[in-house]
Amino acid sequence: MSGQVQMRPMLVDDLPTALNTLLATGGRMQMAYAWFRDGQPQVCYLAAPGAGQAFECWSVAVPAEGLPSLAPIAPLLGWYEREIQDLVGIVFRNHPEPHPLVLERGEHTPPLLPGAEGVVTTTAPHALPEVEGEDIQELDFGPVRADVLESAQFRFFYIGERILRYQPRLFLKHRGMERRFQGLTPEAGVVVAERVSATASLAHALAYCQAIEDAADCEPPPRAQAWRCLLAELERIYNHLHYFGHLADATTLKVGQAQGRWLEEQTKQLLARVCGSRLPMNLLTPGGLRRDLLLPDDFAGQLAAIEKETRHYLDMLSDTSSYIDRLQATGVLSQQVAFDKGATGPIERASGLDRDLRRDHPYADYAALVPEIALREAGDALARAEVRADELRQSFALVKGAVDRLGAGEVCHPCAPEPGSFGLGWAESPRGSLFYAVSLDTQAHLAWAKIKSPSYSNWRVFPFTVHDTNMMDYAINEASFGLSVAGCDR
Amino acid sequence: MALWTLFGLRKGSASTDWPKAGNNHGQQGVWGMPRVLDGACADSCEACIEVCPTQAIGRQEKASTSGIVIDYGRCITCQRCVEVCPEPVLQATDTWALGVRNRDDLRWQAALQTPEAAELGQRIQTRFQRSLHIRHVDAGSCGGCESELQALNNPFYNLHRLGIFFTASPRSADLLLVTGALTRSMLGPLHAAWEAMPEPRWVMAIGTCAVSGGIAEGGYTCGHGLNEELPVDVYLPGCPPNPAAIIHALLLLLGRSSQRVHAGRLT
Repeated sequence: MSGQVQMRPMLVDDLPTALNTLLATGGRMQMAYAWFRDGQPQVCYLAAPGAGQAFECWSVAVPAEGLPSLAPIAPLLGWYEREIQDLVGIVFRNHPEPHPLVLERGEHTPPLLPGAEGVVTTTAPHALPEVEGEDIQELDFGPVRADVLESAQFRFFYIGERILRYQPRLFLKHRGMERRFQGLTPEAGVVVAERVSATASLAHALAYCQAIEDAADCEPPPRAQAWRCLLAELERIYNHLHYFGHLADATTLKVGQAQGRWLEEQTKQLLARVCGSRLPMNLLTPGGLRRDLLLPDDFAGQLAAIEKETRHYLDMLSDTSSYIDRLQATGVLSQQVAFDKGATGPIERASGLDRDLRRDHPYADYAALVPEIALREAGDALARAEVRADELRQSFALVKGAVDRLGAGEVCHPCAPEPGSFGLGWAESPRGSLFYAVSLDTQAHLAWAKIKSPSYSNWRVFPFTVHDTNMMDYAINEASFGLSVAGCDR
Repeated sequence: MALWTLFGLRKGSASTDWPKAGNNHGQQGVWGMPRVLDGACADSCEACIEVCPTQAIGRQEKASTSGIVIDYGRCITCQRCVEVCPEPVLQATDTWALGVRNRDDLRWQAALQTPEAAELGQRIQTRFQRSLHIRHVDAGSCGGCESELQALNNPFYNLHRLGIFFTASPRSADLLLVTGALTRSMLGPLHAAWEAMPEPRWVMAIGTCAVSGGIAEGGYTCGHGLNEELPVDVYLPGCPPNPAAIIHALLLLLGRSSQRVHAGRLT
């Protein structure tokens, strides 16, 4: 293991003090997950003390009576604890929201327990406050929604236009992807990681490969590192362009929608010519790349053309009052809620939280290709769009920088993790911070994998911007978050 | 103030003429499914069979010189088999339009068969050839198939020009287009959408997950393919299938394009 993550075994009783100290010194929790060491359940809390400092894995052996919930101190842990309770069966005492999150408890053997068999249905019942009164209406929306969208179900309580309470029901498409890694060789795991959330296939492959490389203490050659950044930024470009097309659609700007989608399509076609795949897949392996890639001769020209059109497109959007008016003051996320509930990526940066893994914990070639971090304070849909617009412009510069750093040389170093090792990898995906934690078994195959996906964090935050707003704004607010359901559900 | 209408008019049409004319399908460089060549495998080499993450590769006597067969309905185009093959037996291709009417056409069979769906095709051809309304249901995908389905309505593919539309209500849909690994929780909504559709109605499985379970098959919430749940009229494997492959499969359903794979053989 390299020096990027520190293991800190901890006693259960010391957890609250350690957590309070972390928060008081400007740190933040990232996630919690359970796994089994020699058959004994362990919970790992991943702490981020701050930019430039190593992540810490607080490892706790789980006593028979379970663990105290830390959600009252760090609310973003609430969903992780509930998921562990559903999937592994570890009890968290005094949880402020003790309801099931992913599936109904007690109906099945927790599916992540070693040896658990059979299929489960991931329909956790809605946990809603009692709402009564005249004129209050209840709307169940989804999971099959208009147009081509991912499946998720939403319940609204509303009066006229005003939403009183909003509750999403996710995890209907939970595929149990983390268990799919178990028993695979490190190389085979990449294929699974790429298919966890395909609109961030490169980011997932990258975070996963870096976790294996951390476990094996190996580093890919410079050419592979530059390629990884180049592909990651192209992935960010097509995702952000898709986002603007979607946002223009939500604000009924039809030509704006078409232009965003057209630019996204051009980027995907360029990606296909660069790497053989419109959504960059089948490219990475622990230690580097699976094969060397060649830039097409007209790459620079093609990229410049897309960049020029994109800049003009973004200028036109910000010069459109009907579009700006619909975004301003829509779906406001305060900095406090963003921090407490764990918002990440463009969402947290639009609420004034200055965090980006590319700069704070550089990976691949980002130590040389340092992005300027886009930041806004307002926390509304406009701020979220502005942050993405800045990132989009920035990504073109990063791609060009990565092209310049594509020196000659090999693209893969041998990378074989030791049996029983542990690794942590991360990437700033287009939607925010993504972590992979992996443990290897006695044959150096994967024993356990945990994915902390950005959309899991942002879906947790999203409802707080919907309560007490109005129906007219809902679609715009949802578009401004740019959420992936597959990433959240896994 | 931005003048969007003027901007739109000045831009003109970005749509391709494919497949009506020309070959600008937009998929230059896309890697497709592997092909089995007429080489011989090294003694007892099973490297491709071992690395395939979705058990798409097997051995069948007399199938080819090597005996290697691929079930394209299980292939996720990850190219690992091509990478590990020490002989010139498996080869990467740019073949991606693999929509078929009969699931068996994605597997190698001893005899080349003509598709059995001729009669159904005839009926669709006469009634629905010019127009089709689609209801999409995501039954547990990774979001990749949705990304490519959404691309169908971008200015380049401009699906409307072919008389094909996505519709919100299953009551006005002719085709149920299903993506994803068929999670248990999505089976109820899937069947509800199917029940709500008027007859005659058709079903298409898009992506290897919907065709056979894909990478998530064997998970604790997932199924083994859409044909366990509904009668499927067209299967389109791919991970994800690209927009041109989806257009090809939709036109195949309408009898406006011809199948490019028969009995597990790429043509």
